[in-house]
Amino acid sequence: MSYIEIDLWDLSLAAILVLANAGLSLALQLRLERQFLIATARMVVQLTLVGFVLTTLFRLSSPFWTALAALAMILFAGREIMARQERGLTGLWAYGLGTASMLLAAGLVTIFALSTQVRPDPWYDPRYALPILGMILGNTMTGISLGLHTLTTGAVNRKAAIEARIALGAERLNAFLPVAREALKSALMPIVNAMSATGLVALPGMMTGQILAGVEPVQAVKYQLLIMFLIAGGTGLGSVAAVLAGVYRLTDSRHRLRLDRLAPVDGKG
Amino acid sequence: MSPAGPGRVGMFSVQDLRRPGLGPLSFELPQGETLAVQGPSGAGKTLLLRALADLDPSDGQVSLDRRAREAMTGPAWRRQVCYVAAEPGWWGETVSEHFADWPALADLLARLRLPAAMGASPISQLSTGERQRLALLRALELTPRVLLLDEPTGPLDDEATEAVEDIIEERLAQGASAVWVTHDRVQAKRIASRALTLAPDGTAEVRP
Repeated sequence: MSYIEIDLWDLSLAAILVLANAGLSLALQLRLERQFLIATARMVVQLTLVGFVLTTLFRLSSPFWTALAALAMILFAGREIMARQERGLTGLWAYGLGTASMLLAAGLVTIFALSTQVRPDPWYDPRYALPILGMILGNTMTGISLGLHTLTTGAVNRKAAIEARIALGAERLNAFLPVAREALKSALMPIVNAMSATGLVALPGMMTGQILAGVEPVQAVKYQLLIMFLIAGGTGLGSVAAVLAGVYRLTDSRHRLRLDRLAPVDGKG
Repeated sequence: MSPAGPGRVGMFSVQDLRRPGLGPLSFELPQGETLAVQGPSGAGKTLLLRALADLDPSDGQVSLDRRAREAMTGPAWRRQVCYVAAEPGWWGETVSEHFADWPALADLLARLRLPAAMGASPISQLSTGERQRLALLRALELTPRVLLLDEPTGPLDDEATEAVEDIIEERLAQGASAVWVTHDRVQAKRIASRALTLAPDGTAEVRP
């Protein structure tokens, strides 16, 4: 494989561009120079740390530490889902529902990929497991947070329509069907758009990375396709799980609509 | 054998019904009769109907024909004890989507002065009074045993009000009963044999 290594000197040269941006901010009084420098410093520190953590994880190649890293990634993504809700569920549900759906979806799809298509040895080899999980998580997270957001806002805005069906003896899933459909649509649209635009509007980051690392473009494309299929599966599974669980949480065993299980407008559970 | 609730056969029985802002209140309503519910705004008239339909959690024993509400699923209870909201909700685009058998309603539609061609109309184009009558029909389609009516004639003119009262009267004759919220004293006297007056603190006085 032909692969051009870059050293610190190369990086410093490129970093001049950020300094130039900061200079531009000073000259034009954008007042962004501080933020620019802080963001740059954060990025350098965070990515360097991730580099070291991954190096260590790869060297250990231990199922325990790999699982722990995967769990940490899922927990962080769960926090992100919660932060994106305008009116989330109350209590532990605010965090638990999205996180559990993601654990289920991303976990299953990653294990599916590792055990049948990619098949590293050992199967949990962190060099494959963690990047694949990461890519599936990022997109599943977007799908689940959009789905839950549409579900909860729909439940509030269309309370009268949902309760009209409940009052006429409908079961909770039936009463929620129009809102749940909308929630699933908004969860799945981004992946549909991503699949139709990919390759035309932008070259996907992973594929570009592989090409830069010396992989044949056709091989890189195959990998990218595999990842997109996995992402689509993870997003679908995760959104269905989250929206269904959301419908059950927003109703009770007597099939009543329970908007009191949503956090107040300005609060976060 | 299902757990027996209080009350007698043919009776809608409510004992110690409580929810925040309402009760405790008790009443019994035999089939064929109407209980008029009156009281100032905010006294909990709508809360009472919603609790009876089990749309909101409440404490106390509510039963129909000696069968406690807990002995049935929520949906089964609501098909028998059916709530018609003062501001009904609509889940579909057009009128007929909200009915199980729209053509079968031709007769009732005519009596309520609603055109049968209305089935294809979008809900958004209907007047408040038209929606109110359609919401009542939607509930009558289920032939519930108890009708919980929240100001069903509030936005209607005299002729339409009379038609609604006649239709409910027929259902009572067929064995249904009604809990009817109305702000109109004259209507309350006309339609109901019993009355329940809610005080601003949510307690109730029942007569006779």
